[in-house]
Amino acid sequence: MSSAGQQRFTGTTVIGTARLIAAKDLRVELRSRVLLNQVLPFALIVMVMFAFALDSDAVLERVAPGLVWLAALFSALIMVSRSFAVETADGALDQLRSAGVPAMGIFIGKMMALMAQLVVLVTLLIIAAVVLYRAELSWAGSVLLVTTGLTATCGLAAVGTLYGGLAAGAKGRETLLPLLLLPVVAPVLIGATRATESAFGTRGVSTSQGWPWLGLLAVFAVLFSVSGAVAFGPLLDD
Amino acid sequence: MSNDRVTSTPFTKGLGFFVLLGIALLIILGIFVSPADVNQGESVRIMYAHVPGAWLAYLAFVMTAVSSAAYLWKRTRSLTWDRIAGASAEVGVLFMGISLVTGSLWGRLTWGTYWTWDARLTTTAFLFVTYIGYLAVRGLGGTHQQRARRSAVLALLAVLEIPLVHFSVELWNTLHQEASVAGRGTDVEMNGLMLFTLFLGVVVFTLMYVWLVLHRQRSLMLEDMLEDSGLDSALSERRAEATQAGR
Amino acid sequence: MDDLGFIVASYVVTFASVALYARGVLHRSRKAARDVPRDKRPWL
Repeated sequence: MSSAGQQRFTGTTVIGTARLIAAKDLRVELRSRVLLNQVLPFALIVMVMFAFALDSDAVLERVAPGLVWLAALFSALIMVSRSFAVETADGALDQLRSAGVPAMGIFIGKMMALMAQLVVLVTLLIIAAVVLYRAELSWAGSVLLVTTGLTATCGLAAVGTLYGGLAAGAKGRETLLPLLLLPVVAPVLIGATRATESAFGTRGVSTSQGWPWLGLLAVFAVLFSVSGAVAFGPLLDD
Repeated sequence: MSNDRVTSTPFTKGLGFFVLLGIALLIILGIFVSPADVNQGESVRIMYAHVPGAWLAYLAFVMTAVSSAAYLWKRTRSLTWDRIAGASAEVGVLFMGISLVTGSLWGRLTWGTYWTWDARLTTTAFLFVTYIGYLAVRGLGGTHQQRARRSAVLALLAVLEIPLVHFSVELWNTLHQEASVAGRGTDVEMNGLMLFTLFLGVVVFTLMYVWLVLHRQRSLMLEDMLEDSGLDSALSERRAEATQAGR
Repeated sequence: MDDLGFIVASYVVTFASVALYARGVLHRSRKAARDVPRDKRPWL
């Protein structure tokens, strides 16, 4: 009886913590407007620079899905850095831990906040692709695209939070994070790009061909969410 | 006198002797004695350096993962496991780098190109970068326990990451099916002496791995101790200062 | 033997890097060992 009660107790605190942390992160974001004033403009200028570099409408149309996700990855790196800079600036993470706040709750909360920001980012990037690169979207394609976006951002948020926490508080974090993170998210880049290609109908790929790639994205998201939730505690402990 | 015996023991000295002997034998057999291949011609000789090197790198990364797991498991927790993991990863990165170079030299001769995007090659490049990141994390600082825990978790995450990367690159590649690289034919038909040379290479490189990891692990231990003693003396100095000031 | 350069290069790259690395390890441990007493080394 007591063990079941205890389990339910920890369950609610994990979810409760997650909700509090996510709300706190998003509130910090809304007030500071770093996402709105810095990260989103950065992502947009990357998309414009791609157009300068590739210098051909046909090529741009063909590679638009890849560019969307590449720009998303680069911007995500900044977001992850920022998400933990907020946390370690005043030793807030250490204080949360020493106050006995469950690590799993912190992980889920930060992951949710990061995912919400990534969804905003990816939506903007897709609109940019439609406007700047002449990508075309059908109804069936939109359904695939929304599912892809959610699954991919979930995976990205999970790895981002996990590796961000790993490097948190160390000197030289800003330069280390891309080195750690980019190799890990290669499957997301591959899967999300292929799925987006079929959503846009690039190179005559049909929408139905995109769904299998969602499997890869889903496996990635599940694997890293679970391992992140488990490993986050040992990572933060001393 | 004691300088010569910093990290070596009679065992590693003997081992080192055998490794040097084996390398000499491998070079003689690989470059001069063994025959050229029917398909590949002389370029097959690169195989005797490349394949054992790649084998060693994979062995080293498996060892890193195993010792990281041993560190994280409470009953076997010891900083020795952490140092073995670190030493092994370092040797692994070295040999992964070497075998990427020798592999692309070999590929240039047999396929006519330095690089192809097949799953094995691409995964290898990812492994290389991942473990460079792992070594960077080991250098982040903090206490030894902090370093050990961080890097052990990272090493186990790499075990999760690598199959995923391999799988997704394979999927990506089957979609492309670009014209397969033209070459002189890549199959190697091994005769007895060639097989023996390759086998010798694997044995020699494995012994070399043991020698390198033993020495590196011991030097890591020395460095850890040095850091501890540095901390100790700094602390006692501070305490002495504090008591002086108190008076 | 057109490929001689490539073959020799691959052997040289392999063993020269190992030799350099081994030298570096021995050098580092010698430097560290100056301040660590001999009886603290479990392998001796």
